[in-house]
Amino acid sequence: MTVEPAPGLVQPDPAGAPTGARPPVVELVDVVKTYASEPAVHALRGVSLAVAEGELVAILGPSGSGKTTLLHVMGTLDRPSTGAVRITGLDVARLSDRELAALRATRIGFVFQQFFLAEHASVLENVADGLLYAGVAVRERRDRAAEALQAVGLSHRAGFRPTHLSGGERQRVAIARALVGQPQLVLADEPTGNLDRATGLAILELLETLHGEGATIVVITHEGAIADRLPRQIEMVDGQIVADIRRHAAGRR
Amino acid sequence: MTLAITLAPGRLRPGDLARVASAGLRTRRLRAALSSLGIAIGVAAVVAVLGLSASSQAGLLAEIDRLGTNLLTVTNGQSFFGQTAELPTAAPGMISRIGPVTRVAATGATSASVYRSPLIPSVQTGGLSVDAASLELLAAVGTTVAEGRFLNAATQREAVCVLGAVAAQTLGIDRIVPGERVWLGNQWFYVAGILRSAVLTPEIDTEVLVGFPAAATYLGFDGHPSTVYVRTRTDEVTAVDGVLAATANPEAPNQVDVSQPSSALSARAEAQSALNGLFLGLGAVALLVGAVGVANIMVISVLERRSEIGLRRALGATRGHIRIQFLAEAVLLAGIGGVVGIAAGALATAVYATTKHWAVVVPPLAWGGGFAAALVIGAVSGLLPALRAARLSPTDALRTV
Ligand SMILES: Nc1ncnc2c1ncn2[C@@H]1O[C@H](COP(=O)(O)OP(=O)(O)OP(=O)(O)O)[C@@H](O)[C@H]1O
Ligand SMILES: [Mg+2]
Repeated sequence: MTVEPAPGLVQPDPAGAPTGARPPVVELVDVVKTYASEPAVHALRGVSLAVAEGELVAILGPSGSGKTTLLHVMGTLDRPSTGAVRITGLDVARLSDRELAALRATRIGFVFQQFFLAEHASVLENVADGLLYAGVAVRERRDRAAEALQAVGLSHRAGFRPTHLSGGERQRVAIARALVGQPQLVLADEPTGNLDRATGLAILELLETLHGEGATIVVITHEGAIADRLPRQIEMVDGQIVADIRRHAAGRR
Repeated sequence: MTLAITLAPGRLRPGDLARVASAGLRTRRLRAALSSLGIAIGVAAVVAVLGLSASSQAGLLAEIDRLGTNLLTVTNGQSFFGQTAELPTAAPGMISRIGPVTRVAATGATSASVYRSPLIPSVQTGGLSVDAASLELLAAVGTTVAEGRFLNAATQREAVCVLGAVAAQTLGIDRIVPGERVWLGNQWFYVAGILRSAVLTPEIDTEVLVGFPAAATYLGFDGHPSTVYVRTRTDEVTAVDGVLAATANPEAPNQVDVSQPSSALSARAEAQSALNGLFLGLGAVALLVGAVGVANIMVISVLERRSEIGLRRALGATRGHIRIQFLAEAVLLAGIGGVVGIAAGALATAVYATTKHWAVVVPPLAWGGGFAAALVIGAVSGLLPALRAARLSPTDALRTV
């Protein structure tokens, strides 16, 4: 991230300010998302929430309740129909598509249920691709990918093809790819959805460890058992938040 | 103090673009190979046609060079009244006295006809003519005998003839056997030899040659030469050319035609054959089919790789990044086809030219143009699929599994 006044000045960046209270990493105010399909679908109906730096949040809800839509809006992959979205204090409505892409490249990491790994590339290359659009030189991408792989405990698989990995290992690669740019926000959509119970639990423990090291993580799940482990649970039904529960640190182990 | 940020998307470096663009091709090698085949065939056809015509031209020019550009021919032109003029019998002697002239030979048209046997109807001359020839003819025009021997001091007085290359074929004589004869001017003439094709002076190929004395004795020939072949020092060709007409026929220099056979042949070598146009047309059709193939494969590729597109957008790719990726993939696909086509076309040219003993020439216009055409075709046929890929919304792309 360049910390510099003009040229290309966009808007003040409170997240970069050295002093004062930091704004939430992500903040939604009265967000409505309506898909203009036939009939129109109201996927989000007035969602307001804020996630502060260093939080680990579960978003829980039944199928079709709007969890993925919410995650896409939080990740600037989609714009809300109405309402405001601020990422590290930056108003998404005031950013162009190109600026949003740059925002995703540098500040947001994604983890998906289907992993989305490139099968013809090595594990290391897959992780390094997390920095492909951030303007980082190839040498540094590889060095940082190796560190990220170490953080998820997969250094010994760096040269493998994803095809030769187990599901749990694949999701670790995807998590390393999301973390390689040290984003301010990590968004995970059902990261354990394609894994068996034990493997899913191991992935959850990895996310908890990374959270312990300072990452801000939002995990979508429809399994109460998983949400129960996390310090904060937001429950959605029908495009609305029906509960937002915080437990005090450590939580229930 | 206000701190502000610049949120500018990173540019894809050329190396990264190459890797990203080739990823799709590396995962589906067979499909990539098949879809670039059309372009390869088209480029190969274009390169081979242009290469072969350039090589054959180079071969002909080399042959002309070998035979020498210093040959001039003097022929009897038209008189003022449109009749065929006559060259004076002294013309060859006069010409040989010009300083830079190194060799002079003459032929003289007779009115006789030649047949395989007396039984052939007299109208079937086969386009052959009977000409008197001086003994230096072969050295002057630069050809040799293929079979037997040429006329000599003895046989030029006898009923003996030598056949031009085409004349021998027309008469059905391909070997000299003792006693071989043809029916010439109502009597038998023995055949002494058969000539190789005379590239510079193809008129000799259809002639049956007898000695000047024999022509006078047996065929009632008046001794006027109709063509004088003149070799000069190479650096004096133009100067000799200037004085030939007046020397050959001082009384009527304008009734004499002087020409340089090598320049006429060179001009013919430059001319494109009509066949080239046909093959270039076929090459263009193959290129068009190839373009459709590439466009088709790119459309399919974009449909199949929606989730990859969604992932890249999530990783921070702009629409521009996606567009350039698929455009570069199409250009790469077509470029590979182009390179393969150039190699195949050049190989075909090399093989054919070598069997013909020509120099192998693949003009830069052929391979450069072929490659450029392939790249342009790739860009054009990849444009629409690339625009579609870039237009895809990230959320739609990610929701397809
Ligand atoms: N592009 C779209 N056009 C129309 N409707 C859509 C579109 N995308 C999603 N929806 C609808 O929006 C609603 C919310 O979808 P969303 O994917 O956010 O739910 P979810 O909570 O993630 O469900 P799941 O647990 O099954 O993943 C659903 O009813 C879905 O059918
Ligand atoms: Mg979902």
